Amino acid sequence: METSLFYFFSALTVGFGLAVVLNKNTVNAALCLLVSLIGVAGIFALLDALLLSVLLILVYAGAVVALFLFIVMLLNPKSGLKKPYNKISLVAGTIGAALLAVGVRSFVKHGQFPTAPAAEVFHAGLKDYGAKLFTTYLLPVQVVGFLLLISMLGVIVLSRKAESQEETK
Amino acid sequence: MNVGLNDYLILSALLFAVGFFGVLVRKNTLVIYMCLEMMLVASTIALVAFSRFNGTLDGNVFVFFILTVAAAEVAVGLAIIVALFRKRGTVQVEELNALKN
Repeated sequence: METSLFYFFSALTVGFGLAVVLNKNTVNAALCLLVSLIGVAGIFALLDALLLSVLLILVYAGAVVALFLFIVMLLNPKSGLKKPYNKISLVAGTIGAALLAVGVRSFVKHGQFPTAPAAEVFHAGLKDYGAKLFTTYLLPVQVVGFLLLISMLGVIVLSRKAESQEETK
Repeated sequence: MNVGLNDYLILSALLFAVGFFGVLVRKNTLVIYMCLEMMLVASTIALVAFSRFNGTLDGNVFVFFILTVAAAEVAVGLAIIVALFRKRGTVQVEELNALKN
C-alpha cells in the first residue's frame, strides 16, 4: 500500500513538474505546479509529516500559486507569440539536468542509507512542534518573524509607483 | 517491498533536476521562478526524508522555516518581476539585455 502510494505521488510530482517546464501557457504551468505540489504534500504525509503536508498545501497551493496566477493575469505576458525555448538551450538543459540526476543517483546508490526508519513511531504532532519551536528554535522563530516583516515592507516599497524616480529623469 | 531512504532521495534529485532543467531552458521569468520554487520543494523532500529516517524532528522544523522563508521570498520576487515589467514592458529574459551594450 505504502509502496504504491509512494509511486503514485512520485509520478504525480515529477510528471506535473515536467509539465510546468514544457507547458507553453504560463497559466497552465502555474496550475501544473499546483498539482505537483499536491503530490509533494502526499509524499510528506507518507513520511509522517502531516503538519508539513497541510502547511505545504496552505502556503504553497493557497498562497504562492495563487500569487503566481494573480501576477500572470496582471502582467499578461505574450506567451503564445514566441517559442518558449530554443533548441540549443533545450539540449544544454537536458544534458545538465541528466548529469545532475545521474550524479545524485549514483551518490545515493553507493551510499549506506537505511531502508527502514530508525523509529517505527514518529512523533510529529503539533505538541512536539510547539515544544521544539519555543525551546530549541526560539531565536529562529523570532528571526523569521522579523524577516516576514522586512519582506512585507520590501514588497510595499517595490510595488509602489516610483514617483520620485520619474521626477529625477 | 519497503520504500527506503534511497527512493525518497532519488525522487528529490529527480524533481530538483526537472526544476533545474526548467531554469536552464525557459525564457519566461515567471516560469523560471516557478521552477526555482520546484527546486526548493525538492530539497525539502530530502530534508523531511532524512528527518523521518533519523527519527528526530529537527529536519521537519527546518522545513517549517524553509516554507516560511519561501513564502516571503515569493512575495518579494514577484514584486521585483512586476517592477521589472513596469520598467521594461517584458518578462522574457532575452529581451532584458540592458547590460549588454
